[in-house]
Amino acid sequence: MLRYFLKRLLWMIPIILAVAVVVFTLMMYCPGDPAEIILGSEATEEALENKREELGLNDPYFVRLGRFLSDTFIHFELGTSWVTGIPIADSIVERLPRTMLLSGITLILSFAIGVPLGVIAAVHQNQWQDYLCMVLALVGVSMPNFWLALLLVILFAVKLKWLPALGIGGIQYYILPAISASATHIASAARQSRSSMLDVIRSDYITTARAKGVPENKVILKHALKNALIPIITMMGTQFGKMLGGAMIIETIFSIPGMGTLIITAVNNRDYPVVQTGTIFLAIVFSFSMLLVDMLYAAVDPRIKAQYQNKGRKKAVVKKGAN
Amino acid sequence: MKKQKGQSEFSRFVYQLSKNKMAMIGLVILIIEIFIAIFANQIAPYGYQEIDPTALRQAPSAKHWFGTDEIGRDIFSRVVVGTRYSLSMGILATAISSVIGIVIGAIAGFAGGWTDNIIMRALDVIQSLPGMLLTIVMSAVLGSGYFNTILALSVGAIPGQARMLRANMLKQRKAEYIEAAYSINCSPARIIFKHLVPNSISANIVGMTMGVAHTIIQAASLSFIGLGIQPPTPDWGAMLSGARAFIRKSPHMVIFPGLAIAITVLAVNMLGDGIRDAMDPKLKK
Repeated sequence: MLRYFLKRLLWMIPIILAVAVVVFTLMMYCPGDPAEIILGSEATEEALENKREELGLNDPYFVRLGRFLSDTFIHFELGTSWVTGIPIADSIVERLPRTMLLSGITLILSFAIGVPLGVIAAVHQNQWQDYLCMVLALVGVSMPNFWLALLLVILFAVKLKWLPALGIGGIQYYILPAISASATHIASAARQSRSSMLDVIRSDYITTARAKGVPENKVILKHALKNALIPIITMMGTQFGKMLGGAMIIETIFSIPGMGTLIITAVNNRDYPVVQTGTIFLAIVFSFSMLLVDMLYAAVDPRIKAQYQNKGRKKAVVKKGAN
Repeated sequence: MKKQKGQSEFSRFVYQLSKNKMAMIGLVILIIEIFIAIFANQIAPYGYQEIDPTALRQAPSAKHWFGTDEIGRDIFSRVVVGTRYSLSMGILATAISSVIGIVIGAIAGFAGGWTDNIIMRALDVIQSLPGMLLTIVMSAVLGSGYFNTILALSVGAIPGQARMLRANMLKQRKAEYIEAAYSINCSPARIIFKHLVPNSISANIVGMTMGVAHTIIQAASLSFIGLGIQPPTPDWGAMLSGARAFIRKSPHMVIFPGLAIAITVLAVNMLGDGIRDAMDPKLKK
């Protein structure tokens, strides 16, 4: 297990470097002259030329790429924003936790609410509980999260005045963003749990468990759900990327100063260093979370664990199996 | 098993799908939307850029069914014309990403070895960016506009399609009929596109319908944050973006464009669920 973890961890290094190269190259093709973006449109040609020289924009591509990679990954020098002049590292340290918090709440809510809904639907297949859950889930996955956010603001902030419409502060500021970011994911978790529960419920070992008189609750929770969780966890891993992306949009609606507002504002202002570094950081965060999901996946499914143990230690496992 | 006319795989699929009420409702909604998109100019009571300075941010009334926006444009007309953008962008972007993804996946799955390895690692790189972030970055690079936005939206969906096809192709590659095809001297291209791809593609087709729904939401999100399709084009996401500033005084401006997005995505999802169920071999009796 540890070996697999380390291998995956090492493998992340070339992937992240490749992401950095791709993002850097893409940013070079962004429209607009960086010198003009910094100095404004009234700057003289001479000033612009000096600025280009200062930023090293006249150097060849590979020199610039090499400088960017060594600055970012060796010297941890992330540069400053062209527009605000704030060091990018400071912005990320300040903002990343907020985005992670919002995506984390989304993950927890979608698991804690979505999975039970899906289980209820599967257990009562083709009864009213099933139809109710699945209609709600279908509406949930079809609702754009930013529109739901606006509707919630109209209802709870503007009409009822129960909750603040924007900004950050206590927990009450996170209620509306969390609900609007999670709705889609709760719904898709419910759909996924229902279908994977239905797959499992038809298995022979469930019939066996029932036949030997295991109480129905125990059959569902211990025998069925435990096995149904495996595809659900896989799906949660891929969903986490969508949760991060969704959190970025939700942040802009509620004016939460997180990574989403940082990157989106930077894109609109053509503040490319911020976009570049912010994107690479989110890729790192995302890769780590995917790794965690894979670990969790292996922990839940003993078959997968066994598969990794087999590699290089086949004999030992065979011996153990024989005993 | 009941005998049906025409026992081909496709006619069985169509039969299964036509029995699914939800899927048919979704299909009807989508056909109506396509109809609205084609005849938008005839249906819309006002021009989508027509300004009425005497009617700013009016609530829905008999004259303006969905009310008017901040410069007096009729929201109903704008929503009607906006039908042209959402659905077509979702379908085109998914079509582009599916074709590219399927070709890449087919190459990787058939070639194996180093080619496969390089392609898969390249997909790893694309997939280590959250989808929406990749779309935002691509949209910043490519700039706004209808076709650029479609391209930006399609990039993120390529890896998923490629992986899905590759995985299914690896299962098919060892089947006996492939060996038979080799032994009668079929060309690799023929084996890939006549045998392997058609037999491995069903998961991709299900993925495509779900992809259209997802892409419509992404396109709307993109224009909502000021990228992608720009105002005054009456894209639903862009309309919501403009309406946000008036959320306190004129909530009607926020409700209708969003409702249009939600109904479209709902219809695509209903049809998509039906297609998935009709194609699922487990459900075939």
